[in-house]
Amino acid sequence: MATLDHSNAAAAPRFRDAATEPPGAKFALILIAILFLAFFLALPLVSVFFEAFRKGPEAFWEAISEPDALAAIRLTLLVAVIAVPLNLVFGVAAAWAIAKFEFKGKAFLITLIDLPFSVSPVISGLVFVVLFGTHSVLGPILNSYGIEILFAVPGIVLATVFVTFPFVARELIPLMQEQGSGDEEAALSLGASGWQAFWYVTVPNIRWGLLYGVLLCNARAMGEFGAVSVVSGHIRGVTNTMPLHVEILYNEYNVSAAFAVATLLAGLALVTLGLKTVLELRFGAGNAGGRH
Amino acid sequence: MPVADTERSSPMEVTVSGISKQFDRYPALKDVSLKINSGELIALLGPSGSGKTTLLRLIAGLEQPNGGQILFGDEDASQKTVQERNVGFVFQHYALFKHMTVAENIAFGLKVRPAESRPPKAEIRKRVSDLLDMVHLPGLEKRYPNQLSGGQRQRVALARAVAIEPKVLLLDEPFGALDAKVRKELRRWLREFHDRTGHTTVFVTHDQEEALELADRVVVMSQGRIEQVGSADDVYDRPNSPFVFSFIGESSHLPVRIENGAVLFQGQPIGISEPGPDGEGMLFFRPQDVVEVNDGPRLTGKVTASRRLAGARIAELDISDEGAAHHVEIGVPLETRVEIGGELGFRPVHWKIFRNT
Repeated sequence: MATLDHSNAAAAPRFRDAATEPPGAKFALILIAILFLAFFLALPLVSVFFEAFRKGPEAFWEAISEPDALAAIRLTLLVAVIAVPLNLVFGVAAAWAIAKFEFKGKAFLITLIDLPFSVSPVISGLVFVVLFGTHSVLGPILNSYGIEILFAVPGIVLATVFVTFPFVARELIPLMQEQGSGDEEAALSLGASGWQAFWYVTVPNIRWGLLYGVLLCNARAMGEFGAVSVVSGHIRGVTNTMPLHVEILYNEYNVSAAFAVATLLAGLALVTLGLKTVLELRFGAGNAGGRH
Repeated sequence: MPVADTERSSPMEVTVSGISKQFDRYPALKDVSLKINSGELIALLGPSGSGKTTLLRLIAGLEQPNGGQILFGDEDASQKTVQERNVGFVFQHYALFKHMTVAENIAFGLKVRPAESRPPKAEIRKRVSDLLDMVHLPGLEKRYPNQLSGGQRQRVALARAVAIEPKVLLLDEPFGALDAKVRKELRRWLREFHDRTGHTTVFVTHDQEEALELADRVVVMSQGRIEQVGSADDVYDRPNSPFVFSFIGESSHLPVRIENGAVLFQGQPIGISEPGPDGEGMLFFRPQDVVEVNDGPRLTGKVTASRRLAGARIAELDISDEGAAHHVEIGVPLETRVEIGGELGFRPVHWKIFRNT
């Protein structure tokens, strides 16, 4: 017994939780994380703003207020204004179908929704070239009615809708699956119509997830480069979105103007991230409090 | 609105006739018929997968049957939607709308009515507060569901279901998610509530104690069929099938042979008799329905374990056969010291033999 007591006494001050690292390892891990974040995230962002203002605020202002830049900003906003509401509706419909109903081919539909995420955006763009190009079936027919898809705004909108389709649906599917259809059934049993159940019960239940999905969808819609680049035709002041405009300026060695426009996109990203954080705080709190 | 109207409903008789329901080729209900009297409190009791919840959801209109009919009074409800059936359904996890206050939850069924049948705001408010009084939760209008305890949520869900003045009240595992003490309290409370309001009420449970204590009649279900319908005494004292005998209460069973009116186990008479022709059967008895017998025809076994169960002591016996081992449980007087490994002889005093067909 005496020896046992002795070893216990020696071990006692060294008690530690099984899941706690030694202080040295803890410090090293934190340092690695901070260095990584600084090098790969903070540094590029800072350098974008630094480059943009290198020639002073006047040059910056000029770069973002010249007609081609304004046209690019307008087009980007227009595309987002069309693509985001469309994908809001598609996303909710798809998530609703997947989460609330059992049907054949459900797994296939889920895979299909993920398709825009899994193929390269360039391929997504090329799909529309194949569909609506001069050698396609649809392109010449639409052309004969005076409808331009490729190298025009409709093509850019289509490509953007395709690329940003999964955001809302992906956000809502797990949320709606977890919630099940108990609340909707309760609403129906109390005499609510399908629409009433949707507006009064489903939408409030998914509102934070929905907003989050819309935010991500919007960020991507405004920032999409690859697919849009293929279908746009890069016509200055007509079919150039902000990311395409940035590329053109950069290729023309107009670096500070390119970075000036880039700051607008970077700013959008920052605002999105900020809103997302705020939403997550609310979202998380709402979820934790709302468990039955 | 006079108080009497919210308090007392006009009860409705429900007839289920020949209902069957199939999920993906797997039958959940097979040709089920049941008559529920108006104002009756009835329990659907069975193990999971017995089809009891499916039957409840079919009555509500949350599922559509593959065959058969459901009548509310004389009216065929089978073709009606869940909204048209006007049933009060209380869900297992209450399904309270978490973004709405208690008052908004209870008023929901009234607010979604079309304008011509929607009561005025002041009346809705009055109704909500009356209902909260009725479920013993006065003054909780402004709370949100996550600020309530499980038992309180349960009662809010009930008030919400009753607010639409339903023809029938349906409850799916109403006490399933509550702890034992709250369960007991709410059980008594629900009985009082039922007696006061007089709704025809159907509830689903897998807890036999709950069903036997609370319901006027118990519907015992197994594998998509109704095994027996009857009062607590009926299903406990006069079970009509091996399933009901073993599902309700504690019991043991042994394969026996009947010869010239005597019951034999492993070829030996065990001191009980059974009228009717010779043949094979299954002997069922409850642990408390035996007497210790030390000589003459009897059953004997080796004690493998003994445990104290509230006011009784239960001995587990191993009665081995040539082929299969048989285990039975018998009640022994508390003061008896039971020795593990010792021999114990007994004879059932109440029993039932189900003949092999």
